[in-house]
Amino acid sequence: MSKTLYDKIWQSHLINEQDDGTSLIYIDRHLVHEVTSPQAFEGLRLSNRKVNSPKRTLAVADHNVPTLDRELGIKEEDSRIQVEELDKNVEEFQIPYFNMNDTRQGIVHVIGPEQGFTQPGMTIVCGDSHTATHGAFGSLAFGIGTSEVEHVLATQTLIQKKAMNMLINITGNLDKIVTSKDLILYIIGKIGTAGGTGCVIEYSGNALRDMSMESRMTICNMSIEAGARAGMIAPDDITFNYLYEKPMVPKNEDWDKAVNWWKTLPSDSGAKFDKIVDIDATKVTQTITWGTSPEEIVSIDGTVPNPDKISDEVKQNKIKRSIEYMGLTPGQKISDVEINTVFIGSCTNSRIEDIRSAAEIIKGKKVSTNVKALVVPGSGLVKKQAEEEGLDVIFKHAGFEWREPGCSMCLAMNSDKLNEGDRCASTSNRNFEGRQGKGGRTHLVSPEIAAASAITGKLTDPRNVT
Amino acid sequence: MEKFNTFKGIAAPFNILNVDTDKIIPKQFLTTIKRTGLGRHVFDEMRYKKDGSENPNFVLNQKPYDKSNILIVGDNFGCGSSREHAPWALKDFGIKCIISTSFADIFYNNSFKNGLLPIMVTKDERDALLEDAKDKENPEIEIDLENQEIRRPNGGKIKFKIDPFRKKCLLEGLDDIGLTELHENKIKSFEESRSTKHPWL
Repeated sequence: MSKTLYDKIWQSHLINEQDDGTSLIYIDRHLVHEVTSPQAFEGLRLSNRKVNSPKRTLAVADHNVPTLDRELGIKEEDSRIQVEELDKNVEEFQIPYFNMNDTRQGIVHVIGPEQGFTQPGMTIVCGDSHTATHGAFGSLAFGIGTSEVEHVLATQTLIQKKAMNMLINITGNLDKIVTSKDLILYIIGKIGTAGGTGCVIEYSGNALRDMSMESRMTICNMSIEAGARAGMIAPDDITFNYLYEKPMVPKNEDWDKAVNWWKTLPSDSGAKFDKIVDIDATKVTQTITWGTSPEEIVSIDGTVPNPDKISDEVKQNKIKRSIEYMGLTPGQKISDVEINTVFIGSCTNSRIEDIRSAAEIIKGKKVSTNVKALVVPGSGLVKKQAEEEGLDVIFKHAGFEWREPGCSMCLAMNSDKLNEGDRCASTSNRNFEGRQGKGGRTHLVSPEIAAASAITGKLTDPRNVT
Repeated sequence: MEKFNTFKGIAAPFNILNVDTDKIIPKQFLTTIKRTGLGRHVFDEMRYKKDGSENPNFVLNQKPYDKSNILIVGDNFGCGSSREHAPWALKDFGIKCIISTSFADIFYNNSFKNGLLPIMVTKDERDALLEDAKDKENPEIEIDLENQEIRRPNGGKIKFKIDPFRKKCLLEGLDDIGLTELHENKIKSFEESRSTKHPWL
């Protein structure tokens, strides 16, 4: 019987299945960070359990770490305790760990792929909803809660029920100016933040085949913003070339065996999907968010919607509330909206390609005097690579701050946050109220639009910056 | 985990669309290393004014809803991050059951692990329960998981569906890890066959 990529990975990890479909599945890789793990380790201690498979686990501190003056340590006491707790836990349970001062440290979803810890055909989990990122390699990767983190640590398995198969089929080609960030925001706008609930999404289509791994990761990363726990893209030569000789991938004959196996993973022709959504790539424009939900999108040349035109009262109220919180007016041109902060970073867009694209636009220009702009590379290795290419100099010369790797301003659990009323063009993934700091206003954008907006001080189409 | 028994409690009407986990428990409270104590921060930004005083317009600050055990909420409740702090905070406040038309997957899953019952009903049923909850004189609803039944103040009943395994775990207060350890031999033989076939895994 024809199977989807998801069916194949699910079946090859199934240990036990009850009559009602409740299943026990094996977990190949577990990424651990400081925010969602302390209670899990505490649970292990209380029940006198060990970590089942430390070698399948990799820990890193990313959410709380400072991106400035790291040598001074963490100023905020709670954050410091949380990271110290991880230091202690990895020591006690003998888990591989990149500490805050390790060059390999970075955002958990950047370092997994970078180290080759992430590979096709695997099941990968982490106590973080953006674990979907790793699906770009053709793995089944999803976020879990702390109780499940404890469960995986103790047993290397999870109790799950199989989700539905959803196909997002992208037909035609994207305009050259349109990025993978624009595409995923457009998709979320089409299907809504609950569009993928109960599903694992597979993205397919020629437009994806031409994309780099970095771009594919941006798409899978935001699957959760469309309600899906996991998003996947079938592996191909671009995937294999990216992984080749990464530190944790199989070597020599094992590499050949692995590639041969990985080539069998893509969905069979005729495989059955429970839901299919077609996206016409030629209709996708440069897309950003105007509101406080990732589905509240607008084309960079578009306008803020008019809630009076919406008949459903609950939806109308949500849009009114978003407009109020964002300090916008219905019908306002989005490219007239002034910003005072630009954040280039996060597990969505902090990889080398993102930094290169932004630098390309920034080169030889200056950040608007009203704008505070920062670049936060996704890992120490991304930072190093960018510095070798001289990109840090371009940013610093333009007036950007060049920071140390971490989650930074994506979620304001560290010193980097928006103040009340600040408005940010951000390459991150969530524009919820208060997400980047209490009272802060977030517009989700591509690295290119973030860069262009830094120069003009308004939400700006990169083509208009010359 | 504590067993989930039939109970009657005050239901609060909270009909907002796409309530995200940042709204349920904002990031500044995620630095805790405990599971308890988050109840006073649940819905923090809606619940408190800038000066830290209670916002009288927020439903959980109003009597009788400040003693709610049940929330009747809008579609797609709990979207966003995987933070289990969201169900911990709700539970710590005293919420034992949340009723909606739909929940975000990770939040839904996390709730069961903490003895918090999310119930999915139709839009009409949810809207009827919202009306029930709005009656401040008599907002009490009874939740009977065993019989999969919500009993309304007017005596009406709403049946709901639930996964049988999750129901059993809640009713008996079962610990997932303990259940999984019963499959220890199967897990071991799975690992062995896997490491023969794909040794690099």
